[in-house]
Amino acid sequence: MDRILRPDERAGLALRELYHRHGYQPYRMSKFEAYDLYVRNKSFLVSENIITFTDTNGQLMALKPDVTLSIVKNAPPAGGALQKVYYHENVYRTSPAAMGYREIMQTGLECTGALDLFAMGEVLALAAQSLALLNGGEYLLDLGHMGFVSGLLEGQEDSVRAELLTEMGRKNAPAIRTACAQASIGHDLAEALCRLALLYGTPDQVLPQLKDLPQGPGVRAALEELESLCALLRDRGLADRLRLDFSIVNDMNYYTGVIFRGYLPGLPSGVLAGGRYDNLLRRMGKQGGAIGFAVYLDQLERLAGGSEFDVDTLLLYDASDDPAAVTRLAEELMGQGKTVRAERNAPQGLRYRELVRFGEGGQG
Amino acid sequence: MEMINIALPKGRLGEAVYARFKAAGYPCPAIEEENRKLIFENPAAGVRYFWVKPSDVAIYVERGAADIGVAGRDILLEYAPDVYELADLGLGKCRMCVAAKKDFRDDLDRTLRVATKFPHIAARYYSARSRQIDIIKLNGSIEIAPILGLSDVIVDIVETGKTLLENDLEPRETIVPISARLIANKVSYKFKHEQISRLCEKTAPAETIR
Repeated sequence: MDRILRPDERAGLALRELYHRHGYQPYRMSKFEAYDLYVRNKSFLVSENIITFTDTNGQLMALKPDVTLSIVKNAPPAGGALQKVYYHENVYRTSPAAMGYREIMQTGLECTGALDLFAMGEVLALAAQSLALLNGGEYLLDLGHMGFVSGLLEGQEDSVRAELLTEMGRKNAPAIRTACAQASIGHDLAEALCRLALLYGTPDQVLPQLKDLPQGPGVRAALEELESLCALLRDRGLADRLRLDFSIVNDMNYYTGVIFRGYLPGLPSGVLAGGRYDNLLRRMGKQGGAIGFAVYLDQLERLAGGSEFDVDTLLLYDASDDPAAVTRLAEELMGQGKTVRAERNAPQGLRYRELVRFGEGGQG
Repeated sequence: MEMINIALPKGRLGEAVYARFKAAGYPCPAIEEENRKLIFENPAAGVRYFWVKPSDVAIYVERGAADIGVAGRDILLEYAPDVYELADLGLGKCRMCVAAKKDFRDDLDRTLRVATKFPHIAARYYSARSRQIDIIKLNGSIEIAPILGLSDVIVDIVETGKTLLENDLEPRETIVPISARLIANKVSYKFKHEQISRLCEKTAPAETIR
């Protein structure tokens, strides 16, 4: 069965198995949702363009561009017990590369409710394990925390924050300095932002350097949380492939705490993205916290691999051969676990491991 | 050691960049020979260079075909590729300007017709000023547009201003200063972090990266 699955299908199954084993419940949703849900949270979406259509009752519907919003919408209102769910769904988004809409297969999980350190550590560990599953163990998980930037930029205007976040995302120190100067942000704070954006390395290398940042209450809390999470991951043997990076930033109106991205060697962009987005819950009138991630399975087709042969055996027979005997031989070969293509002439361009001529080799 | 793939912009800027990289310890003798090859390797220094059209450098880097590259800030502002901008190399300095005929008087009542190779930069600049414009996207010889009455102004790169002067045009406003930036693919930056940071430190003026 395994050999007919494409890498993304195989990964999808393995990931769901992993999440299921940790007690996460499957979450199914319809292809459509009311457009209203998305339009109210447009800036949460990766791409703001949405495919819409009118339902038979006149309601404007959307082909889902995202799964998280629906999960959060349906999360229990009180932040008591945790809701742990995983999903495997298509989403519809525009991408500049496709110059239009694209269907993307996503597998992911969300954990909402009264989050604690264990739940957060579990989600991060599952992210790391997901990446390990995708590519035989070679991956990097970048971990950041919105608490640092939002602590440092407390009280700044939205437009200034947005610009600084963009430049931090590019690790562009000169532009951070220029933007700070334009917004009359002091020299010390500007330098702290530059340092933060340029930090990159293992927790052991980076955590000590974070202590030099101006320590407001927000920054202190973020540092404590990050240290505890790194310790948890180290305990589970997942620290080797963990990197701290504070240039991963996202809209502060939604994201609050840790934020992370997963990368595989050979793929030019990330395959996993996640973070903590308590503010989305709050915007929907719910208590508690929320953390989750999605794996972009469509990226996996770019990974090297795939068989060098189309079939194991090419079985050639003549017009004079007995069809029943050819069938018997083909069945016998298939019985040995081989894939068999039986024809009178070798098809052009077919890559086969071995060639068997009916009637030769004493089998016929 | 894995090689770093470096996309260089064809032309004068690319040559200046290569000279800087060579001096920093990343030479590639093959590149200095006169030939029509496009890819040059020096396994000893761990680098593979290739020449591409300047406006394509960002695409090669964004898609990971090149780990790092050098692109003008004009290209980065226009296409906004998803890459790290690690340093300002301080090479190829010029500025993005609005230029017009010397006797042109801007009439704020009318939609301004802007000819440019950089429609996004022009659109962003004027939208920040709440000015309605009509963008005319050209691919070269922008200076002719106002002379022939195709546009009121142009948005283009000005280095010395000589071409403008010879065509009876003058720069009116500076939109943004331009120089060459060292950019890196976001994933390569992580998997080849040591090599790329070392190269960055050696090639960029210290004050632009820290």
